[in-house]
Amino acid sequence: MRFVLNGNTVSLDVSGSRRLLDVLREDLRLTGTKEGCGEGECGACSVLIDGEVVNSCLVAVGQVEGCNVVTVEGLAAPDGTLSHLQQTFIERGAAQCGICTPGMLLATHALLEQNPRPSEDEVRVGLAGNLCRCTGYTKIIDAVVACRM
Amino acid sequence: MPDVTYLRPRDVAHAVRLCEGTPDARPLGGGTDLMVMLHAGTIRPRALVDLWSLAELKGIRRVDGGVEVGAAEPYTGIIGSALVEEHCPALVAASRTIGAAQIQNRGTLGGNLANASPAGDTLPVLLAADAIVVTDRRTIPVADFFTGYRKTALGVGELIVAVRLPAGARGVRFRKVGTRAAQAISRVVVAVNREPARIAFGSVAEVPLRARSAEASLARGDVAGAVAAVAADIRPIDDVRSTAEYRRTVAQNVLRHLLGD
Repeated sequence: MRFVLNGNTVSLDVSGSRRLLDVLREDLRLTGTKEGCGEGECGACSVLIDGEVVNSCLVAVGQVEGCNVVTVEGLAAPDGTLSHLQQTFIERGAAQCGICTPGMLLATHALLEQNPRPSEDEVRVGLAGNLCRCTGYTKIIDAVVACRM
Repeated sequence: MPDVTYLRPRDVAHAVRLCEGTPDARPLGGGTDLMVMLHAGTIRPRALVDLWSLAELKGIRRVDGGVEVGAAEPYTGIIGSALVEEHCPALVAASRTIGAAQIQNRGTLGGNLANASPAGDTLPVLLAADAIVVTDRRTIPVADFFTGYRKTALGVGELIVAVRLPAGARGVRFRKVGTRAAQAISRVVVAVNREPARIAFGSVAEVPLRARSAEASLARGDVAGAVAAVAADIRPIDDVRSTAEYRRTVAQNVLRHLLGD
């Protein structure tokens, strides 16, 4: 099967019923995507499929055939320069233990693509599928608000 | 986990043939329920037949007197649909309470119906709306669709193609009670309609159900009688999310509130 991952086409010989999350982490060694609950509650495994944020633990990898997948590794520039969003998360103290951070970044990225000037309430709704076990929500929301267009 | 064959049909007719011809095949939509069960080992199908990208199952269209929602149209599409907002705003409201963006981007009405969870958030709305389940071979009134705990009237290989909302769906009102606003599995879901008189509940029995004796009272204009009758119509249990007593009390209180008495 083939799909575009972080801008590059990948070809894989894998069972289509495996979880996208496992193929990303184990076969492709992209361990930025985290597994939290494994049942679609926590958002730690969030990735973008054709620009929409989804939980990669709930996607059979066969379902992304021909799709455009972005993981947290795809947010930075190829030379490693962090995106404005990533840099702002660091500057605003929006990352503590880091488990939720990749998912938070991708959910934020999708939110800002669809709604470049969300209200604080819209940010809360947009990130409602991402749980922070450090409960650092205030700084995360501050960082997102700071990144509005 | 033993390997599960992944099958990607070309169209609905092909999907039906694959489901009929493959032992222990399960149709797969957005995976929000099925992939959890598969990974946990609570289901052990031999094959997944992926319906997610079939164009015939997508989209929302006007049909005579109502609206039809494709079985694999995600909740995000329903939330953003002016047509659904006009014809059944309660379905938009219910879709907004399901998970959050990640789940709304993948969860579907077809999946909510096929999995037949008693806690399926859209199911009381569909019951109160007198929705029709359209399959590859027939139509089934949603009132006849749930036959037991997680059991449906679907035959072997029968696939849900769309859900039809008749004109009366416009009057349906909805309320979900959970532990928090997002990512919560419901403790009680209530949907009501005045004309015709419909009262439907989720999470208060082994199936999503219509409260028939309460509906009879409502049809006579007796709101207090409808609220009282609910106690005998529902069969709540104690479980990890709530207690039978809480569910019975809240079901009646929310119904009273929705009926504006």
